[in-house]
Amino acid sequence: MNWPAILAIYRYEMARTYRTLAQSVISPVISTSLYFVVFGAAIGSRIDSVEGVAYGAFIVPGLIMLTVITQGISNASFAIYFPKFIGTIYELLSAPVSFLEIVIGYVGAAATKSLLIGLIILGTATFFVEVQILHPVAMLVFLVLTCVSFSLFGFIIGIWAQNFEQLQLVPLLIITPLVFLGGSFYSISMLPPFWQTVTLFNPVVYLISGFRWSFYGTADVGIGLSLAMIALFLGLCLGATWWIFRTGWRIKS
Amino acid sequence: MDSIISVRDLAKVYDNGFAALSGARLEIEEGEILALLGPNGAGKTTLISIICGLVTPTDGQVTVGGHDVVQDWRRARSLIGLVPQEVALEPFEKVINTVRFSRGLFGRPADPARIEQVLRQLSLWEKRNEKIMSLSGGMKRRVLIAKALAHDPQILFLDEPTAGVDVELRKEMWEVVRGLQDAGVTILLTTHYIEEAEAMADRVAVINGGRILLVEEKAALMRRMGKRQMRIELGTPVDRLPESLAAYGLERADDGAALVYTYDTAADRTGITRLLNDIQAAGLVLHDVQTRQSSLEEIFVDLVKEAS
Ligand SMILES: Nc1ncnc2c1ncn2[C@@H]1O[C@H](COP(=O)(O)OP(=O)(O)OP(=O)(O)O)[C@@H](O)[C@H]1O
Ligand SMILES: [Mg+2]
Repeated sequence: MNWPAILAIYRYEMARTYRTLAQSVISPVISTSLYFVVFGAAIGSRIDSVEGVAYGAFIVPGLIMLTVITQGISNASFAIYFPKFIGTIYELLSAPVSFLEIVIGYVGAAATKSLLIGLIILGTATFFVEVQILHPVAMLVFLVLTCVSFSLFGFIIGIWAQNFEQLQLVPLLIITPLVFLGGSFYSISMLPPFWQTVTLFNPVVYLISGFRWSFYGTADVGIGLSLAMIALFLGLCLGATWWIFRTGWRIKS
Repeated sequence: MDSIISVRDLAKVYDNGFAALSGARLEIEEGEILALLGPNGAGKTTLISIICGLVTPTDGQVTVGGHDVVQDWRRARSLIGLVPQEVALEPFEKVINTVRFSRGLFGRPADPARIEQVLRQLSLWEKRNEKIMSLSGGMKRRVLIAKALAHDPQILFLDEPTAGVDVELRKEMWEVVRGLQDAGVTILLTTHYIEEAEAMADRVAVINGGRILLVEEKAALMRRMGKRQMRIELGTPVDRLPESLAAYGLERADDGAALVYTYDTAADRTGITRLLNDIQAAGLVLHDVQTRQSSLEEIFVDLVKEAS
């Protein structure tokens, strides 16, 4: 393993984060605060508590998930798409660095960044509502696994994308709807029975449900099932990455 | 001398079916400067890209320092620094950061003194904290060279390093490259400026249509293919060549104020003495005589014409 190279990529990407601190950290914090003002205070004051949790507090895990998923994808996809776009990828390909090392460097940095943002949002949330974390270790495990999986997914999108439109396409058309319909703002049990069944095909439901369980001890689906689903997603992304690595798809001619 | 890079029967067919290289063979000797010349689309960049790992070969084998570039890619690539043809740099990054990054990518430990040395060598030290987008085109090229040198490579590939670089800077770059050769670095250079190859190279390889047409010592090539021309300036211009000089194939230049004689340096007799005598006998007055060796460019144009 070329650890200095992994470190070089990781540091370089993290340095970019510090350089663009405003977009990277401040904007998610502002948008989350807006969610709290609108959903938590304005609407939430008219909604009863959900499964014994005040509505403002109930939406916290979902909001964190929403942010780390979209951030992980956009950070990682951009991080690898940009060198392809401006041509600096020649350096990665001509260096004594394996594809695995490239992935660890980029995905590691993107996951770290989204993890940090997730934690900052959690901190922000405590200013607005009373947050309780019953299972802190499980909470961190869910958070880290989600950051890594979706950063990896973003990396794959960045390799696949051949223009900026494609780069935005998957997050906009697939991920955002799935996350919004994944129970960030409601409990599945609030839906009519038919839609409850449909919802179970949405993988994000399992993530948010498990994550919320680590906060308040209540879940829409079993915690084991949640973990299994995120492991499956991570496994699929790893498989796809391995295949790209084998074939040099869209990076080497 | 030993070959440090050996290219055997290399072929590349791109996904669109285009055969950019077919059966290319080339041995590059340790410590030499080899100039790879060829017209646009000849396959120069493709050849370099395969050696450096950017492009997968369709057929054939390449070894660098004895390591196969496909099987033993890690060791092969560690030896090489690449300056690509296209300027590709992150616009918002600082010069020094991008050079440090290159060193790290090649697994070398951080070495601020070495980075400073490289930046000074390329006159970039004063610009180290500037963003790349604020540099001029020639400076960006130098940043590319600094990045390639940051990990102390044994072999340097320069793919048209002086395209769009002014004369002064070009000469400066030549100095840098010569300095590298003195330090033991093997250099492969592609260029469309023939005078660059003429000034720098130990050997010249000519590629066209994906095939290496010849590899030869530059001096030997010039001697073998080189024609000399003698320009004879006359005291008074002539309208027509005298009959007695018809056999020499002279050309009239400057409205008859000068005559140009082309001869082969490799031939036993150049015919110069006889020509000068005959000119005198014809009653023409010699004003001045100059000789000139044909440039590599002329040689190269001849070669490509010959092969096609
Ligand atoms: N990715 C690619 N896909 C298809 N064809 C390609 C690709 N890259 C290069 N080619 C073709 O292969 C041929 C050789 O290209 P190459 O870039 O190696 O030429 P070159 O000798 O470097 O030319 P130049 O002097 O213009 O830089 C060209 O005809 C080019 O169009
Ligand atoms: Mg080229």
